[in-house]
Amino acid sequence: MQTDDRIKAQLMSARDLERTLDRMAQQILELVDPDDPEAAAPFAFVGMQTRGVFLARRLQQRIKAQEDVDLPVGTLDVTMYRDDVRMRLAQPHMQETRIPFSVTDRHIVLVDDVVFTGRTGRAALDALMDLGRPASVRFLAIIDRGHRELPIATDIVGREVPTLPNEEVRVRVGEIDEVDGVWLVEAPSPDTDDPSRSAP
Amino acid sequence: MPHSSTTLAADESTPLQHRHLLDLSTYSREEIVHILDTAEEFRAVLERPIRQVPTLQGTTVASLFFEPSTRTKLSFGLAAGRLSAETVSLSKSGSSVKKGETLKDTARNVEAMKVDVVVLRHSSPGAPHFLSRRTDSVILNAGDGAHAHPTQALLDVLTMREHIDTFEGLNVSIIGDITHSRVARSNINALTTLGANVTLCGPATMLPAEMEQAMDVRTTTDLDAALDNCDIAMALRIQMERQDEGLFPSIREYHMQFGITPEHLEQHPDLLIMHPGPVNRGVELSNEVVDHDRAIILSQVTNGVALRMAVLYLLAPQREGA
Repeated sequence: MQTDDRIKAQLMSARDLERTLDRMAQQILELVDPDDPEAAAPFAFVGMQTRGVFLARRLQQRIKAQEDVDLPVGTLDVTMYRDDVRMRLAQPHMQETRIPFSVTDRHIVLVDDVVFTGRTGRAALDALMDLGRPASVRFLAIIDRGHRELPIATDIVGREVPTLPNEEVRVRVGEIDEVDGVWLVEAPSPDTDDPSRSAP
Repeated sequence: MPHSSTTLAADESTPLQHRHLLDLSTYSREEIVHILDTAEEFRAVLERPIRQVPTLQGTTVASLFFEPSTRTKLSFGLAAGRLSAETVSLSKSGSSVKKGETLKDTARNVEAMKVDVVVLRHSSPGAPHFLSRRTDSVILNAGDGAHAHPTQALLDVLTMREHIDTFEGLNVSIIGDITHSRVARSNINALTTLGANVTLCGPATMLPAEMEQAMDVRTTTDLDAALDNCDIAMALRIQMERQDEGLFPSIREYHMQFGITPEHLEQHPDLLIMHPGPVNRGVELSNEVVDHDRAIILSQVTNGVALRMAVLYLLAPQREGA
């Protein structure tokens, strides 16, 4: 949470987040068809930096635990693919992009924590297409907070939360935040489609 | 409460106050640090499996090289390409300059071609300043006469920064033909702005006496004095054609007096060696020194692309609506 955030509500507890991820793993398994060992091969997760990466890994672990199916996980940083990067950032902060498999002809589950205007999702699609030609891309997000500016839809979503433009959603994961959960906060200076605020 | 986001954190660092990169003498410490920090971010892009991002799509970068250059031109071209800018290039041999066109005419043509960024290498000091007053394009100086070579100096300090804790109190010696070196002048500007102490060393015929006061540096004609307490030694390329000008007796004698050898590395166990390249092996540096693990010359080359990506990112004009 940022120091000047004013918390308005907790949208998910740690337990809620766990249950949401359990359900999402089930939804993915329905696509993968664990009874067909060959079927899992062309599926993979791509977690969007930062928290999408940890969420993708948790989904991978659940699927492995539930059905003993190993799906690979890649990480994707879309900073330089955003159409507004130079307007927004006097200095870009880049993180790792590492996709240790070919995306061509693979069914990709793109994982992010929050979907808001859709610009980050669009950037991720561009970045993926630069790497190859996936068979399909499904978009998974824990929270869909609305206010879309581009026609980007979620295929698997934890919870839809109507929000005000000056509100922000913070998804926090223990791996880097020391706590699990989702909060709705009022930010000090509303900035539409600032990923640092909408998709921490 | 959990700590704040690290993804695309809202940026509060100082943006550049300059529209062009002509000379580092007018750049503040904050601006130089900002460019270096941005270049460090771009190194991550160069390590990705696909080293190209669409950030400067729609931007046209023209390289106008009126003097021969291989690595600077290649480095700027790669940097623009990595950011998906469109690049056009013009060199003296194939250009209308050879047919008598003046720089002013070139400027007017550049203007008419709607180029966003011009990377200019020219033998006349001040040519980039001249062009910047006559076109709307952003001008990046890729070397003008013996005046300035700001991106080379920036990539040099970027390379140094990988190996040191702070520039405050850092002792850097620049060795060679200082009089004719644009690299030396820009490095002095960058290093002194960042807080380093600079010593210039070379034959008296290549060491302008007025520099000591004008640029707040120490000068010496004694290599041992220059290397004493020195953290980083930067050897400059000797232009072989200078030998005809009588500035130094012979290549052999130059190497004996100013060449850095393995003995120097032994005497100074923490000394790092840099060189803007290409090295005359056995002249500025002994063969063994060029290949020594304390010579960080190849890091300079790698950093050149990241640094020039940063400069393009920071200075290329924003397209409307993007």
